[in-house]
Amino acid sequence: MTSLNSATGAKAAAILGFGGYRPRRVVDNAEIITMIDSTDEWIRTRSGIVERRWASPDETIQMMSVSAARKALDTAGIEPGQIDTVIVSTVTHLHQTPAVATTIASELGATGAAAFDISAACAGFCYATAMADSFVRTGASKYVLIIGVERLSDMTDTSDRSTAFIFADGAGAAVIGPSESSGIGPVVWGSDGDQASLIGQTEPWDTAVRDAEGDAVWPTLRMEGNPVFKWASYTMAKTAAEAMDAAGVRPEDLKVFAPHQANMRITDAMFRALKLPADVVVARDIARQGNTSAASIPLAIEALLESGEAKSGDTCLIIGFGAGLVYAGQVIVLP
Amino acid sequence: MPTTEEVRTGLAEIVNEVAGVPADDVQLDKSFTDDLDVDSLSMVEIIYAAEEKFGVSIPDEEAKNLKTVGDAVAYIERAAS
Repeated sequence: MTSLNSATGAKAAAILGFGGYRPRRVVDNAEIITMIDSTDEWIRTRSGIVERRWASPDETIQMMSVSAARKALDTAGIEPGQIDTVIVSTVTHLHQTPAVATTIASELGATGAAAFDISAACAGFCYATAMADSFVRTGASKYVLIIGVERLSDMTDTSDRSTAFIFADGAGAAVIGPSESSGIGPVVWGSDGDQASLIGQTEPWDTAVRDAEGDAVWPTLRMEGNPVFKWASYTMAKTAAEAMDAAGVRPEDLKVFAPHQANMRITDAMFRALKLPADVVVARDIARQGNTSAASIPLAIEALLESGEAKSGDTCLIIGFGAGLVYAGQVIVLP
Repeated sequence: MPTTEEVRTGLAEIVNEVAGVPADDVQLDKSFTDDLDVDSLSMVEIIYAAEEKFGVSIPDEEAKNLKTVGDAVAYIERAAS
C-alpha cells in the first residue's frame, strides 16, 4: 500500500490561557420567581443558584466569543495571527451556516485559521479540549483557540418551573499549544444515545416553524431533572475517576475540581462519589452565573484563577456531561 | 440477615450523610418529604447509597413508592432476603 507522509506534531500540549465573558444583566432569583411559581429558597436549595447572567441583544454569540477569546489570547501571550485552528462549541448559535467560528476567526485576526463549530452540549468544552490536544500533538495545528459559548436564555421557556431558573449565557475561551510537558491528560469520553430523550430542544425548527398550523411555537430546552441528576452524580463520577486514572493523577494529587456547572447538588454528589480530599478547590461558579452549558467550565476556571483559589500549575479535573447524552472528562494543568 | 432495626440504622446513616437529617429522626413512621424535608434529588442519592450498602436493587418505578422510612426499610428487607 502506498504510504503517505505524516505530519509531526509537538511532543506535548497544554492550555496556555483562559478568558471569559459574562453578560452584563444579572437576573436574581427574585426576578425569576415573577415568571414561575417558586421561591428563592427552593431555587438555592435545588440548584445552588443565587443569580445568573442573561445576554442582552448586543451580546451575541459572536461578540461574547471574541471578547472571551481576546482575554484568553492575552493571558496566553499568543497573537491572534498565531492561531491556526478555531473550535467553537455551542448549541445556541441559531444560524446553521456559516459556522460562527469562521467570523470569530476573522474578527480576531486569526487569518485563514481552520474554523468550525461543534455541537456537544455541556460536554463541548471538554470535547474541544480533547480535539485541540490531539491536533497540536499530531501536527494538524500549532495553536488552537477553543470557545464554549451559549445564549441558553434564547431557548429557555421562562414559564417552565423546572428549567427557567437554570439556564444562562456566557462565553469561555482557552488557547492550547505546544508545551514541554503534557498539560492535558487523555480524554475519557463517549455518548449514550439511548438516553437522548432526557435533555434537548423540544422540537426541530422545521416542524416548529414550517409545519406550524397558526403561530409557530419557539422550541425551548427541556430536561428530566431526576434521571439526569442520577446519571451525572454516579455514572459521570466513574468517568471522572477514569480520567484521573488515565492521567496518572491520584485523588490526593488533585488540586482543583471543575465539573460542568450543571447544578450545585450534582457537583456535591460527584465530589462525594469521587471521595476527593476535603482540601480540593471546588468550582462553584454556578451560584452567580447559572448553567451556561459549554461555557461553564472555562468561566468557572477563570473565576478560580482570578480569585486566587486556584493557581498556575494546579492539576484540575474537568468533566462535561449533557444533552445527547454526551460526556467527556480529562485532567488538565492550569496555566 | 440484618434486623429491621439494623436496616433502619443503616438507612439513617445514609440520610444523615446525604441530607444532614439527625439519624435519630429517621424513624419508621416518618415521611421523607413531609417530616424529614428530604427533596427528590436527595432521595436519588439515598436510594443509590442504600442499593450499595445493602446490596439490593431499587428500580426507579419502585423507588417512587417509598414514601416513608418504613416503606424503604420494608423494601430493603424483602429485597435482601
